[in-house]
Amino acid sequence: MRTQTFALKKILPIVPSYLFVGIAYGILMSEAGFSPLWTLLSSVIVYAGSLQIIMVTLLTSGAPLYLVAVTSFFVNARHIFYGLGMIERFRGQKLRFPYMALTVTDETYSVLCSMGPCPEGVSPKDADFYVLLFSQLTWIAASVAGALLAGSLPVDLTGIDFSATAFFVTVCVDQWRKSSSHLPAIAGAVSAVAFYFLLGPEDFLLPALSASLIVLLLLKDRALLQKRRDRA
Amino acid sequence: MNNGYTLAVILIAAAMTALTRILPHLAFSRRAELPQTVSYLGESLPAAIMVILVAYCLRSIDFAAYPSGIPETISVLVVVLLQFTLKKTFLSIVAGTAVYMILIRTAFPLL
Repeated sequence: MRTQTFALKKILPIVPSYLFVGIAYGILMSEAGFSPLWTLLSSVIVYAGSLQIIMVTLLTSGAPLYLVAVTSFFVNARHIFYGLGMIERFRGQKLRFPYMALTVTDETYSVLCSMGPCPEGVSPKDADFYVLLFSQLTWIAASVAGALLAGSLPVDLTGIDFSATAFFVTVCVDQWRKSSSHLPAIAGAVSAVAFYFLLGPEDFLLPALSASLIVLLLLKDRALLQKRRDRA
Repeated sequence: MNNGYTLAVILIAAAMTALTRILPHLAFSRRAELPQTVSYLGESLPAAIMVILVAYCLRSIDFAAYPSGIPETISVLVVVLLQFTLKKTFLSIVAGTAVYMILIRTAFPLL
């Protein structure tokens, strides 16, 4: 199988959510009075769905630039956690490395995590690169299409954004099935629920991520011991 | 619209986003061998993150008011069931999303 074909197959699950969210974002930008060129620029150099949508509000309200900086950092701080998992994997990518490090999103991170072994003739390093490249191209195309088509889309697509949730659920199921320890998933679930009730729906994300990080660190020695025992 | 301001906002958002994506690499990629703790986290964090992302996607459900997240719950269960049994990711997503879109139009219409 050609590497590009393999990469396209792997990103298929995230295409519905990229298309819909991208189109929705493009429509928002056009309705707020921004030229499709701004939509294009944002999708090329920001490339972060939820932040781009929040930016429409920041732009139209004329938010001060420091607020834009702080909001951008905190909305995307979860990427720090994704990066931790890709350090080893992106080694040896040479010139492609900066592009790859900068295009890990919620969706592409999940695709990379759930890719599994590559078939014969497909280089894993090339596959990672094409997954990231094709995903961003999909996002760019969808958002620009939305910006150009704003106001003339005839179908009611309400609810199709559920495809993003559905995708993350499938990744959870796959990880649950193949991992020997369910502690990370349970730590994530408990932290998410606890901080959702403590802090509310808009503020629980980072505390929940941080709490799972701490719990996993506390369990580290146990987990490594278990792993050694499993191997022996 | 003020083009200078728009450009500044997009550039700042891009720079801050890039910072969040590049920080872990800046901190660790120069080392030949990753600290054991970091490689352990790289392996174990994804499962925790995915579960939290699902919760984040579902955050706008209002459990106190109709329809109390019932369409979301049913649709998530459909996805879990399909993915556990048939293991066809694309099918699970399309079916789950279709169920959701139908539920919010028929059994639980948004008023």
